[in-house]
Amino acid sequence: MKIVVCVKQVPDTAAKVVVDGGVVSWGDAPLVINPWDEYAVEAALQLAEKSGGTVTAISLGGEAAKEALKHALAMGCNDAVLVNDPALADIDTQGAARVLAAAIQKTGDARIAVFGKQAIDGDSGVTAAQTARALGWPALTLAASVSLDGDTLKVERAMEEGRQKAEAPLPAVLSIVKDFGEPRYPSFMGIRKAAKAEIPAWSLADLGVAAPAAAVTWKEILNPPARQVTNEMITGASPDEIAAKLADKIMEEKVL
Amino acid sequence: MDFTLSQEHNMAVEMVRNFTHKEVIPTIREWDRKQEMAPHILPRMAELGILGINIPVRYGGQGFDYITLGLVCEELEYADTTLRVVMSVHMGLNSMAVLQWGTEDQKQRFLVPQAKGEKYACFGLTEPGAGSDVAGMTSTAIKKGDHYVLNGEKMWISLASKAHHALVVARTNLNAADPHDGLSAFLVELDSKGVTTGDIHGKMGVRAGSTGWLAFQDVKVPAENLLGEEGEGFKIAMSCLDNGRYTVGSGATGLIRASLDASVKYANDRKAFGREIGKFQLVQQKIAYMVQSYEMARLLYMKSGWMKNQGLRNTRETSLAKWFATDASFDAAAEAIQVHGAYGFSDEYDVERYLRNSKGAVIYEGTSEIHQLMQASYALGYRTDGDLRCELPAYDEEYWQADS
Repeated sequence: MKIVVCVKQVPDTAAKVVVDGGVVSWGDAPLVINPWDEYAVEAALQLAEKSGGTVTAISLGGEAAKEALKHALAMGCNDAVLVNDPALADIDTQGAARVLAAAIQKTGDARIAVFGKQAIDGDSGVTAAQTARALGWPALTLAASVSLDGDTLKVERAMEEGRQKAEAPLPAVLSIVKDFGEPRYPSFMGIRKAAKAEIPAWSLADLGVAAPAAAVTWKEILNPPARQVTNEMITGASPDEIAAKLADKIMEEKVL
Repeated sequence: MDFTLSQEHNMAVEMVRNFTHKEVIPTIREWDRKQEMAPHILPRMAELGILGINIPVRYGGQGFDYITLGLVCEELEYADTTLRVVMSVHMGLNSMAVLQWGTEDQKQRFLVPQAKGEKYACFGLTEPGAGSDVAGMTSTAIKKGDHYVLNGEKMWISLASKAHHALVVARTNLNAADPHDGLSAFLVELDSKGVTTGDIHGKMGVRAGSTGWLAFQDVKVPAENLLGEEGEGFKIAMSCLDNGRYTVGSGATGLIRASLDASVKYANDRKAFGREIGKFQLVQQKIAYMVQSYEMARLLYMKSGWMKNQGLRNTRETSLAKWFATDASFDAAAEAIQVHGAYGFSDEYDVERYLRNSKGAVIYEGTSEIHQLMQASYALGYRTDGDLRCELPAYDEEYWQADS
């Protein structure tokens, strides 16, 4: 069974992201695979291991996105494809979903498409559901555990209110949350394979789809409002005295 | 000249960094306080393939080059010196010696399980009464029929109580005109009858690691476990040090980086006299020296690793890399404490551990004084390196990565 996992290249979580003149910048911080997508790769690999299937990683982006794909290959994915086209520069999530759906279909016989719950740059969290819509497949989102029973995909969804068990027939789209379990590290053997891998790039023409127009545009990007913070060191002759002063201060400020 | 690291190098570093940041750094202070090695460290290093990183795939390793070994050691010691020490003894001093000097049978019996991480390996050279004076050792291995009888004690042995195998140097010829020529090297299984081991406590540093002793009382070592030829023990031991020192030098480079990063973070956070202490020039000077030391130490070990890849003798370069990096790591850690002020004096911060951990490497695998003598001897023309009967094989990507 072929499983596709969609990954995105994003700025490192440790990067200091700022807006300068309406342009987002993360300085010289490295680009990394979207951390949520590592959980998706882990889920895809576990499904493949249990079903004897293969995993193809797909990313939509420029040349730099190959790094995310190589990370996925080093974790154990069988192959990878980059979807790269200049016309994709300003697409929204709906456009990305249409292109991803076309790429998933072009892989031939994919039965499951796995996503991370969201990307840490755009933070929309809707691409998995939109891709399912474009494919016409059911979407099982926010999955904390996944199992396959014949042609039925069963998940336990992690929701704020609790857990929900859900299932859907294949083919289906999955999105994975952190509760799924720690993603594996790339193996050294996988790293060697990934470093040597030639990753094919598909254009929109290869996929047979037109450049999707963005329905949602970012009109303005702003830094979060600066917060005024003052520090006050609480001192005292003993830990007890310091604790008592701290408690008084907390009560005074109505923190408690 | 190309200073670019390959994608394989960078991805290997990233993988080891992920491991140390997730599984080592969060708890290392507690294990250091307990003076115990965290039980998961060796199994995880084995499982992840770190213990066989630069050994050919056909011998159970991961097939990476010698530069990767240096990069991995830098990354491991960034987290804690004890992890790099594992690589120094298991890989640098033992497994690479078996790769260099071992017979095919020895490689199958010792190197394969070591590279796979199924067995851990250590190195027994130093004795209670013989450190820098290697030829002054008193351990003996006397041949009796098809085996040698090993007696003696080895001291300050990393992984002494954890290892399954040890490369042990002992005197086989009690009457050799030059005592150096009377030494031989053996691959010893530490579950053999007559072997006892133990850990030393109360060390200044590397407290989250295993450092101990090996004692041999009438231990029968099969003749086929002789590494190299009889009388080659000193040369083998010195060739082991070319590899062990490489791991120590590259590891110490990581310790400099750890001191630098900790100092930069603290200097940007801590305020005095109304501004960040990083704004003060004397703090900047300390940080500038750390940057300088880091870059120099890294260039030195990279050159040494490159020479190993090329199959070039690197005793001189590796000695220089080890001497410089370990001295510089001690200085960097001391200055990092100074940047941290009183907090640096407490184990609430990592920098006091960095200082304690840095001191050992200035002593073991050739004290800084030994390296100074070596460098002066090379410069003065008193010392040259002759060819070895078995050289460390040059890195050949195709051979290294082929299954057989």
